[in-house]
Formats: sequence, structure tokens, C-alpha cells
Amino acid sequence: MQTEPLLNNNNGNMARRSFLRYAGAGVAGVSLLGAASSCHKNHDVVANTATDVGTGDFAALNYLYVLEQIEAAFYKQVIATPYSGITASELSFLTDIRDHEVAHAAYYQAVLGVSALNVTVDLSTINFTTRATVLAAAKSFEDLGVSAYSGVGLNIVLPQYMVLITTIASVEARHAALIDILLGDDFVGSDQVDSNGLNISAVPSALLPTINKYLKTKISATVLS
Amino acid sequence: MNIYNIIEEIEKVDPDFQDRISPRRAAIKNITSFGSKVAVAALPFALGTMIKKAYAQTAASAAVLASLNFALTLEYLEASFYDTAVATSGLIPSANLAFIQSIQADEDKHVTFLQSAITAAGGTPVAKGTYDFTGGGKTTGPTGKGPFPDVLSNFQTFLSVAETFEDTGVRAYKGQAPILVGSTLLTAALSIHAVEARHAAAIRYLRTSLGYATVKPWIVSPTATTLATLDKTGVDSNDTGITQVNANYGGSTSITTASPFIPASPENMTTQNATATSATAVATGGVNILTLPSVESTTSTTVAVATAAFDEPLNMADVVAILVPAFII
Repeated sequence: MQTEPLLNNNNGNMARRSFLRYAGAGVAGVSLLGAASSCHKNHDVVANTATDVGTGDFAALNYLYVLEQIEAAFYKQVIATPYSGITASELSFLTDIRDHEVAHAAYYQAVLGVSALNVTVDLSTINFTTRATVLAAAKSFEDLGVSAYSGVGLNIVLPQYMVLITTIASVEARHAALIDILLGDDFVGSDQVDSNGLNISAVPSALLPTINKYLKTKISATVLS
Repeated sequence: MNIYNIIEEIEKVDPDFQDRISPRRAAIKNITSFGSKVAVAALPFALGTMIKKAYAQTAASAAVLASLNFALTLEYLEASFYDTAVATSGLIPSANLAFIQSIQADEDKHVTFLQSAITAAGGTPVAKGTYDFTGGGKTTGPTGKGPFPDVLSNFQTFLSVAETFEDTGVRAYKGQAPILVGSTLLTAALSIHAVEARHAAAIRYLRTSLGYATVKPWIVSPTATTLATLDKTGVDSNDTGITQVNANYGGSTSITTASPFIPASPENMTTQNATATSATAVATGGVNILTLPSVESTTSTTVAVATAAFDEPLNMADVVAILVPAFII
């Protein structure tokens, strides 16, 4: 494929790849070339059934709302069908956490209004009958949530929404520590806290595959980085 | 004018310039929209505006540095507190030593991290302070005779002060987050905030498991508040059983300096995301958590759940008023 100059400006020729370097500067009159006509392949058309979280700050809030819906559904199931041998103390802690997650989800739904991305959660891969499997799942969800809250921040523009996510983020971290303690684990173990003493953080695109494992209706987050 | 040459010249002094004006993904989205709206002849003006906008973030770095140095001030206090405690023979029972050392290790690392981050961001890290862990400071009597006189000889008292420091540290980081919007230091701040919350939950759990208190890993306020009558003193928000630290759980002035102002709510706030038109105006709007559906009711949520499910920010001035000169002398 020959590289052609797409724009001449004061003798500045521009190869197609370097066009992208200047695209953001608003170079007028440029258009992307379509795919070369000589290439044909038969692709099966796969319908994209994922629902996107949307744009703006609401994209980040919807992403977190989806997480809260997963956690709420999980803990509702835990309390509805408690693992054998659950102690009164454990039941009390896990009921509190359930109630917090339900409140978080309801709150996001209220804030997001018509933009709220309501999902159907899929917990079929979780064994709710034993303490070990339930607490392991709880730890996974809480740690996932804490890393998600820590890593989503740069997507938020409005200070008001930055405050919003942090009011919940620390509560998720409290949950995570409590679950660690119930498991007899370090509440700031090296699997979750790095060598600078910072909680690990992950951007939405890194966590979406895991999140989608627990959703019947998959989500995408095109604008989130 | 050759804009490509201009961009190349800027890139020589700022290799990140391309990303500043157009992160790669956004570049692909911006191709047709911006290009079709702007005629080439108009570019010089647009270019100037674009360049100004690209660097607007670095103009905020003074506020970011102040924020980081504030965080460092708190981390010095906590690190020194735990370092002193671990070095004080007879204070920490051997069964609980590893627990406390986990926290100590984090605080020490936070100090080092923030010192490096501030230096890398072009600032000067503040120096370590001098502390009175009894909370006596200089205004409530001779140093060392504060409300927690046996903090370094009585493990129960030590844990009370530890819990207060951790809960307050969480609120302090939370109050700085809106200042760090868009900053390269935001994620680090959120990550430290999460670790301090882990500490707070752990200390609370320990206090209860040792029979020193009946606190949950989360803050469960006894009574709700309203937006009009904020629990400023914290008397209705404080669940610790430590009456001297009401202020650490209360709420005072707003935490942003530009509208919409966000109330620095007391921990018993049950309306979330309300905003105000000035630092002193009553906040309005938001979501009343008490009216949200819960498992028990389709139309309501209890005060205990509503207050525990959300932690509230404190602004820098309020944190400083609490800690200085009582603990940081």
C-alpha cells in the first residue's frame, strides 16, 4: 500500500500515520481513507450486545453503579442462603455490608436517573454453601471494588462527583479489610497494597473482563480510560 | 504559518505535548468533528487557545503541591505515632504487634512516597513535625498532659487515638480529592485514601474484639442530621465511645472554593450529593438516603445503614484545627 500525502501545507507532506499526530490540532479538510478495496474477507457478523456506560462523568458513575449492583446481588444471596456454620458475628458483619451495597446501588440509581445502567447479575459461578468459597468471593469483590474506585478517578471532571465516589470508596475499603480479617489474612496484604503503601488501582478497561463475568447483560465503557 | 513546525518546536521542550492536546483515543474521535468546524484560516487563534488549554493543568500545581504537603503532614504524624508505639516497650501486646506493624509499615512508606512525589512535582516536602500524642499540645495545658495521658502506656488508650487518627486521615484525604481532579497525583491520593480506610476498619475491629469498645469497622452514627442543622460538633456523629474526639466526626465549612460548594458533612449526614451556592449557604438537593429502598423496606433505609454506607470529607482547615496544636505542636 502506497503512503500518499494527504495534505500539503507550506510544503509539509504528511504520511498517513503521522496524520494522527496532528489530528487533535484540528487540521481541517482531512479525512481518513477507508480500507483498501483490494482486501476482502468473509467475516461473520457478530452482534455487539454490550450496553455502554455512556459519556461524561456519568460513564464513571455507571461503571461504579454496575459494580455496586454485583456486590448487592452477591451479599443479598449470602444472607438469603448463609453458608453452613456462619457465626452470629459474621452474619452481622455480612448483613451490614449487604445493606451498604444495596444503599450504594440505590444511590447511584437515584443520581443517574434515566441514564442508570441497570444490569442483571450472574452469580452462577459462586458456591454459596461454604465459608471458604463465600468469603473468597467476598474478598475478590471488595478488592476489585477498591481497585476500581482507586483507578477510575481520572475519568471524573466535576469535583462534586469526585466527592461522591470517595464517600463510597473508603467504605468499600473498610469492607475489604474486614473480609481479610475474617479470612485470617493481612488487611493490607501485598496482594492489594504495593511497596509504596498504596492500594493497587486498575482502570476500567482492565477490570471490565472480570466485571462482565458476573453480568448476564454485558457492559462496555468506550470513553473510560 | 506552519502549524506542524510550531507543534514540533513545542514538542522539543515538552515531549508530552501531543498527549496534552489530544490523547490518542480522543484524537481518533476528534478528527471529523473539530476539523469540519474550524477553517484553516482561523487556526492561529484556535491554536493559541488550544495551547493555553493544554497547559492549564500545570497552573493548578501549586494547589496540588499544597494538598500533597498537607497529606505528608498527616503521614508524618501517623508514622511517628506508630514508630514511637512499636518502640515503646510494654505498650503493644505481642499478640497484636504484627497487626500494628502492618499499619506502621504503610505509614512509613506513605511518608517516603509523598516526599518523593512532592519533589518530583517540583515542590519542597515539608519537614517532620513535633508531636504530643496525648493531645495536650500547647493550649490545653503542659505538653504531655492532654486528654490521652496514658496513650503510650495503655494499649486501650493507644487504640483509641489510633482509631481517631485513621478515621480522620480518611476524611482528610477525601477532602483533598476534589482539589486533585485531573491531576497525575489523583490516583495515588485515592490509593492512599483506600489504605487508610483499611487501617481504620482494622483498628475498629481490634478495639471491639479486645472488648475495649463496641464499634463496627464502619462509622455508624447514633442520630441523623439535616442539611439545615449540620452536626458541626460531631456529638451525634461520633460512634467511637471516645467523647473527646467529637470534632473529628463533625462537619463544618465547605470543601471546595468554587461553586457548587460541597458541604463538609458530619459523619451522620444522610443526604448525599447536596450542593450549596456559597461556602456558608445551606446545601440543597442531593439524594436522601433514608428514603431509598433497602432490603427491609421498599421505601426506606435506616439511619445506621445510611450513615455507615458513606464516609464524609473534611476540609484542610478543619483537620488542621483538630490536630494543631493538640497533637502537632
